[in-house]
Amino acid sequence: MGVRKAITGAEAAAEAMRQINPDVVVAYPITPQTPIVEQFAKYVADGIVDTEMVPVESEHSAMSATVGAEAAGARAMSATSSQGLALMWEIVAATPGLRLPVVISLVNRALSAPINIHCDHSDVMGVTTLGWIQIFSENAQEVYENLLLAIRVAEDTRVQLPAMVNQDGFITSHAVEPVEIFDDALVRKFVGVRSLNRALLDVEHPKSVGPLVLPDYYFEFKRAQEQAMSKVFEVYREVGTELSAITGKQYPFFETYRTDDAEAVVVVLNSAAGTAKVAVDAVRAQGKKVGMLKPILFRPFPYSEVRDALRHVPVVGILDRSMDFGAYAPVYSEFRNALWELDKKPATQSYIYGLGGRDIMTTEIEAVFEELLSGNLDPEHQRYIGLRG
Amino acid sequence: MPTLQEIALKTAGVDARIVSGHRMCAGCGIGAVIKNVLAASDKPVIVLNATGCLEVVTTIYPFTAWNTPWMHLTFENAAAVAAGVESAYKSLKRRGRIESDINILAVGGDGGTYDIGFQALSGALERKHNFMYLVYDNEGYMNTGNQRSGATPFGASTTTVPAGKFSFGKPQWRKNLVEIAAAHRIPYVGQAAVHNTLDLYKKAQKGFNADGPAVLAVLQPCTTNWSFDPALTMQYSKLAVETNFWPLYEIESGVVHINTKPSNRKPIEEFLKGQSRFKHLFRAGNEHIIAEMQKMIDDEWARLLKIEESGIQF
Repeated sequence: MGVRKAITGAEAAAEAMRQINPDVVVAYPITPQTPIVEQFAKYVADGIVDTEMVPVESEHSAMSATVGAEAAGARAMSATSSQGLALMWEIVAATPGLRLPVVISLVNRALSAPINIHCDHSDVMGVTTLGWIQIFSENAQEVYENLLLAIRVAEDTRVQLPAMVNQDGFITSHAVEPVEIFDDALVRKFVGVRSLNRALLDVEHPKSVGPLVLPDYYFEFKRAQEQAMSKVFEVYREVGTELSAITGKQYPFFETYRTDDAEAVVVVLNSAAGTAKVAVDAVRAQGKKVGMLKPILFRPFPYSEVRDALRHVPVVGILDRSMDFGAYAPVYSEFRNALWELDKKPATQSYIYGLGGRDIMTTEIEAVFEELLSGNLDPEHQRYIGLRG
Repeated sequence: MPTLQEIALKTAGVDARIVSGHRMCAGCGIGAVIKNVLAASDKPVIVLNATGCLEVVTTIYPFTAWNTPWMHLTFENAAAVAAGVESAYKSLKRRGRIESDINILAVGGDGGTYDIGFQALSGALERKHNFMYLVYDNEGYMNTGNQRSGATPFGASTTTVPAGKFSFGKPQWRKNLVEIAAAHRIPYVGQAAVHNTLDLYKKAQKGFNADGPAVLAVLQPCTTNWSFDPALTMQYSKLAVETNFWPLYEIESGVVHINTKPSNRKPIEEFLKGQSRFKHLFRAGNEHIIAEMQKMIDDEWARLLKIEESGIQF
């Protein structure tokens, strides 16, 4: 049993970092991520952690210094949002290629332009092809636990890849919720310390990290990176089982809510999944069989598990909080791909919602269920929830 | 201070921190710069290398010329990567997980330093990370074939600002990186040149031993893109100093000290001639460009002498 604290999603991330007590934390402020590094800086200032904190001059340097610290042998963490991630992009792309298990918090925020500080998923969906493990969190509790999980999955010798733990900007990062914080000693034992096996600081065994690799070997590097990514599933399960011993919870690749006998299911990431559960209950109360699927591990994407979870469902509505202009939306694309192998495919419909922080209401998700059950579908075209006419 | 012969012995053989087998151009001075700088450290050195000539020629996978821990991440962030390594070092040392004392060296060309890496460098200097930043300055993007940088001198023809019917090449004077670095109030900044090994070694030693960040700017004539006989690299480096084009000086705890004062400074033409990037300046009608360059050099030198004489701290 842990201690229940009333904290925000940002503070939940900082709580996880307090328990992890990383060797190095690199920080650059950006709304709505800022409260994570502010809270952590306070822990440093008060001697609650003995982390070396580096407040740098840009996000590009934030990710560069994080990667440098990690290559040196430290366990290094950082946090960012939106424009910050965009500025980091070059180094975000390089990190998995160097096989450095950096873990960062991404507080999801809309990308400019127009400039907007509120939640959507356009930041993370711009980096899902780069080779990071992507984990999504519905609420502050999941933020906290996912960060602990991510450290161990990323650093596992079979993986050695970076991980990003996502939470919705403001909706999760700034809202106060009860969060159960587990025992410091148990958590510290669970996260352990990072091995110095591949460290630059192991000066007795000099290594060259990040050499120029030409057409004769580059391809093999990338193939090895893909193989490491494919190992994440088994490692995630194993680490999840270990974490369960502390938390008593399960760590599936995705959560299903009342899907067993469902005739229509919506798929939705992060905080809107909580809203969707309320909508499911409301529609169920009318005697209609509906359910929800919330992806948690988005990279690597668990295609076969998703397929098995949805194969019995006649119709699936996939809700995206970002767009891929001129193409199917990112989450919709994954689910269309996952279902493709089935002989009897569920019908699908793509919905876009909540861009730039627009709220999504339970009634709007209830209307989505009505539409899915009515058979009025247009799988080639995305529909918009809550868009001004 | 070791003798030249002792330094040469430290840089040779399989135990040196960078060894033979790299792919530098014949006549390139970068090898001499990095070997001598690394030899000046009495502790193990971790090298953080910006994208550029040095990175490209020393590490084509599966080979490496580095016998010391080395890392390359990208072009503009060697100083930020060094900041991360230094922070990891402090943290792991404090936590008793490592024991060795080390030095940290970030290294880049002038493109990776004066231009694209400028912000990361300034940030790392301002935060007072304990590391040395070495720039081997060949006055342009030489790894990619002579494009203009903030270190390219006035009057030089580059592929992005070529001399032509209406252009005499670069119309601006170069950025003064040494003074900019000193403006961060760091303990040590040095300007050296590849031909003067003793001076370079001594400055590298001071930089490594400084209590805080140090910056070392080293002129490195590029035989490939300045297009001179590969046998003349050291000669051009020497001429750059003898013409006051590239004075050897240092700023220790803010105090300027000029290491070499040519008794009879040579006219700038002696440095310019034989270099393809300045060839157009010797055409009829361009005499005023050389005259303007000469005036700038003399003015800069007079200013530097005044600063030294004044004893005013940076």
